[in-house]
Amino acid sequence: MIGTRKDLLGLEDLEASEIISILDTARTFREVLDRPIPKVPSLRGLTAANLFFEASTRTRLSFELAEKRLSADTVNFQTSGSSVSKGESLKDTARNIEAMGIHLVVIRHQSSGAPHYLAKNLDAGVINAGDGTHEHPTQGLLDLFTIRERRGKIAGLRVAIIGDIAHSRVARSNIWGLTKLGASVTVAGPATMMPLEVERFGVNVARSVEEAIEGADVVNILRIQLERQRSTLYSSLREYARVYGVTVKRLLRAKPDVTVMHPGPMNRGVEIAQDVADGKHSVILEQVTNGVAVRMAVLYLLAGNKAPDESTPETPATEMKKAHGEPSLHPRR
Amino acid sequence: MASPLCIRGGRVLDPSRGIDRVQDLWIVDGRIAGLGEDAPAEVRSSRSAEVVQVSGNVICPGLVDIHVHLREPGQEEKETIDTGTRAAARGGFTTVACMPNTAPPLDDRPRIEFVVRRARESGHARVHPIAAVTRGQMGETLTEIDDLVDAGAVAISEDGKPVRNAEIMRRALELTRALGIPVIQHAEDPDLKGDGVMHEGWTSTRLGMKGIPDVAESVVVARDALLAELTGGHVHVAHVSAGRSVDIIRKAKARGIRMTAETAPHYLLLTEEAVEGFDPRTKMNPPLRGARDRDALIEGVADGTIDCLASDHAPHTEIEKDSDFDSAPFGIVGLETALGIYIKALVEPKHISLPELILRLTVNPLRVLGLPGGTLEAGAPADLTVFDPARRWTVRAAEFASMGRNTPFEGWELPGRVLLTMLAGRVTHRAEAPQTSAR
Repeated sequence: MIGTRKDLLGLEDLEASEIISILDTARTFREVLDRPIPKVPSLRGLTAANLFFEASTRTRLSFELAEKRLSADTVNFQTSGSSVSKGESLKDTARNIEAMGIHLVVIRHQSSGAPHYLAKNLDAGVINAGDGTHEHPTQGLLDLFTIRERRGKIAGLRVAIIGDIAHSRVARSNIWGLTKLGASVTVAGPATMMPLEVERFGVNVARSVEEAIEGADVVNILRIQLERQRSTLYSSLREYARVYGVTVKRLLRAKPDVTVMHPGPMNRGVEIAQDVADGKHSVILEQVTNGVAVRMAVLYLLAGNKAPDESTPETPATEMKKAHGEPSLHPRR
Repeated sequence: MASPLCIRGGRVLDPSRGIDRVQDLWIVDGRIAGLGEDAPAEVRSSRSAEVVQVSGNVICPGLVDIHVHLREPGQEEKETIDTGTRAAARGGFTTVACMPNTAPPLDDRPRIEFVVRRARESGHARVHPIAAVTRGQMGETLTEIDDLVDAGAVAISEDGKPVRNAEIMRRALELTRALGIPVIQHAEDPDLKGDGVMHEGWTSTRLGMKGIPDVAESVVVARDALLAELTGGHVHVAHVSAGRSVDIIRKAKARGIRMTAETAPHYLLLTEEAVEGFDPRTKMNPPLRGARDRDALIEGVADGTIDCLASDHAPHTEIEKDSDFDSAPFGIVGLETALGIYIKALVEPKHISLPELILRLTVNPLRVLGLPGGTLEAGAPADLTVFDPARRWTVRAAEFASMGRNTPFEGWELPGRVLLTMLAGRVTHRAEAPQTSAR
């Protein structure tokens, strides 16, 4: 059960039932966000630290907002100007966090597996906010949530993921989540950006973007970041847009009511055409809103009964405790 | 004549002479006096002889590891010549060849002489330094190879990195040919390796880790086979990890090219899947590869394509290895677990026999370097190892003599407990006192 876990490190580790439980919880929090005062006291007295070893705007804001809407105290830590650039090890960072009595750690790190290292070395719950090119579980969850909100289900849907699969943590988390929940996933992208043995994820590999989009219920377009990759992988953004850019014309191959997603930030006119990004099928801004609700759900479930203030009636927290039992922060591991 | 020493009742394995029988081994003045009845009568009848009972154990020539990193000079926080050779003795090794990627590298006479002197002062193992191919291992100007060999270097290598430039490799082979030493190649194409940290395969795909493809090794092995053919020089391929490389080496040998090869213990027992938990103790270069590579390596060892077995002992500090995977340095320690792993990976599954293993850990590695020894023949220095091939022991890095604790085998049960190591008749390691008695 997700409520008995200490950490959320990746969707590969989760059972389908745990994913569904998070999505259900997120649904409740999504309603909270529409209230006049979108705030609940669920995490009052708890402190969350957002450790961003890699630049991020929207994910960090989304987590911080989620924490504040749950009434947690939040502290932020970013690499530039911090002790990490002075050579402090991840281990010492972890020890400092422990010494400060922090309950939940949200970490983004450029090295795959860094959150796993922290999770092993900390009693605090650790949430992976993106590790290298490994996973970005809360992005995967918010994408699943958005798909389910839009299409009413996930099982049986045809989902195309377009872009740099090899270097995308969003792709990995999406693939694990979608396949566990019974969707049929097709990936497309340049051969140089397709990881070895990708089909072992249980996905179809399309030979072209057109083939991937054919009959799709959902098209999830990944951000292309040539500047961060080795220059040998692809020639130019122009060439990428020509071959893999999702245009209105290419989108005609999908189901008429296709849902278009993008984890942001977008390169308009490169991986996604302007009129697709702003078109009627696009749910890109909904994804952003849903992201806050999903992160509230994850924080809430991992914090479990750690919340010192138990006298919080009429909140989703108490309702859900009834529904899910008393989750523990320190489960058997 | 000093008092003789009799190693009594052990199974004497001397693959250099095809000997495998239970016999007493006599030592006088640090040299082998003879086996059983072949020992001189005055030795066998000496009243002052000391006897060490080793019944049920194997006695073999001292083990030889031609690929270790002793880290001195310059990285004494990781290992020193003293601690590294203590680790060698504890693992049953009496001879090691150390790689030149120290800080500064072993690229001139004083540094080679320093290593030789330090090793002699410590006295735990014979240490043969390997010199750098280029000055500062910068890949530009060749070192003074003749002078380095004169000072004691037994080979040249850039290990830690490859001889990248094919022209330099060609010239190094041409010059070493006359000296009768090999160029030891850390076969790796740096462009294909990129900033990879583990084997490129399904596990790296799943974990989102940057991959090092197997061909990063094999393309260089293929290139060097051609350069060895062109020059008549001797290329020794260090730490072979990929099945494709085994194929190329096999074909090169069949063509009469002077190419030899070694592998390291971990490639025979672990695969890429060991990296699963992001544990930096599974990070080394070349990386743990796929199951098919492992099987091809075992086949290569069995059919002799891979001539000898090394450890690629690469100690690092605990601080360096206690981190996320990407930040940790490549390399694991190996001297104190190598024999056990080789028995477990090769002998117990019957890929090769125990004498065949000992051959690959004694005579064969010495032959690669053109060195004598590896025998229990009368008159040879009494370098020997006594071990129990069946007895299990548990790997506890905290008990290592090496300063390096970075092993992925922590807690493993291994066979091949080393009981006694002797260097020129002197005990360099004794696990627990075997019964000693005056006669």
